[in-house]
Amino acid sequence: MPALHISEIKKYFGALLVLDGVSLDIEPSEVVAVIGRSGSGKSTMLRCINGLEKIQAGLIEVAGHRIGPQGGDLRSLRKEVGMVFQSYNLFPHLTVMENVTLAPKVVKGVDRKEAEAIAHDVLRRVGLAEKSGAYADELSGGQQQRVAIARSLAMQPKVMLFDEVTSALDPELTGEVLKTMEELADAGMTMVLVTHEMGFARQVADRTVFMHKGKVWEQGPSEELFANPQTPELRNFIAPSLK
Amino acid sequence: MIRSFGWESVEFLIRGAGWTLLLSLMTFVIGGFFALIFALLRTLGPRPVRLAIAGFIQLVQATPLLIIVFLAFYGLSFVGLHFPPMVAAGVSLAVYTTAFLADIWRGCIEAIPKQQWEAADALALTRTQQLRYVILPQAFKISLGPTVGFMVQIVKNTSVVALIGFVELTRAGQLLNNMTFQPFHVFLTVAAIYFAICYPLSFLSERLKGNRHARPAH
Repeated sequence: MPALHISEIKKYFGALLVLDGVSLDIEPSEVVAVIGRSGSGKSTMLRCINGLEKIQAGLIEVAGHRIGPQGGDLRSLRKEVGMVFQSYNLFPHLTVMENVTLAPKVVKGVDRKEAEAIAHDVLRRVGLAEKSGAYADELSGGQQQRVAIARSLAMQPKVMLFDEVTSALDPELTGEVLKTMEELADAGMTMVLVTHEMGFARQVADRTVFMHKGKVWEQGPSEELFANPQTPELRNFIAPSLK
Repeated sequence: MIRSFGWESVEFLIRGAGWTLLLSLMTFVIGGFFALIFALLRTLGPRPVRLAIAGFIQLVQATPLLIIVFLAFYGLSFVGLHFPPMVAAGVSLAVYTTAFLADIWRGCIEAIPKQQWEAADALALTRTQQLRYVILPQAFKISLGPTVGFMVQIVKNTSVVALIGFVELTRAGQLLNNMTFQPFHVFLTVAAIYFAICYPLSFLSERLKGNRHARPAH
């Protein structure tokens, strides 16, 4: 059974059709990169997966929890799906430790001690165990993004979504975040990442999906897809990154 | 009998100031309570409720406070509800405070970026939990400056209830002036007492506005 099942989803913004029948199955421990031009629907698709955007048709299923056009069991699904945003979105009034322990405590009812133990563990994984008392504004962008990853991990999700997580970072800071993601991938996390980092998609993702005009235009094992694009749209899109 | 302005007169004014403070505090607590509910409903309630509250806020903000006071005191007695000046003063000031604070606090809630809601959403927090742990603590922090600033307005505006005979600081000044015929002594003292109450609040308000990194204690 796939970890994440997306079936024929459609999404409109007003009269504009942004997702035109997208279907994807993502296997446990699979890492899937989603690439495409701005406006191709890739970020919108990601946001639909955990219900930040409503879909107008189709079905999304994670660990037996389904959402469709009528909504669905959104909270149960979100407990299984972590999301990391382009702009980090840490809670600025809370310390790193409080950011990471908040959801386990209030959503899962984990007691303080256990939540802190989980937090120590995930912060160590992203290499920021020593920053647990800091506030977001005392951290670099790269560190903030790693805390955001830790915050998601603390909910022990089955699937992690990454929405252009390095796009807001200075180039010299993208490396540390990509490394953290690569380690997660190696540890067997199921991941869907919308990215502009073609090199990263090619090396780390098992499969790459190219979206165009609200559709899955082309997909395949990353190495193959980049080496041998079948459609002219994909060829045009990746040409600059191959130079 | 004409008395001259002396220490006894100052004591009389200070007693009046006590009523001003009490009325201000009462107004702030009661008005603040309703303002919080209104601010939340104004931002997050169903559409008809949002519109109704917006209408209430517009209406009150467009009405001179004195008219609200007169309505509460004379208007309601006309329909058979006789409020003593103390109650009429409290009710009208509370209505006025509710409208203004609700609007200030709505602005503070709306100032929290949408992404904060989304991040909390993505972590599976319920709406109430998002408010309780993520939005309100941040909104509270930015509301401190304007809220304390508005307290100054409350203190000064309690003076209008002198016109329905409630003996607070301004009314005490009027009475004293009638007894002493020394308007400069009397009203300068009255002004000095208002200043002594309001200046620390203004000062605190500015400090709170400037201190962006002030974090609420956890």
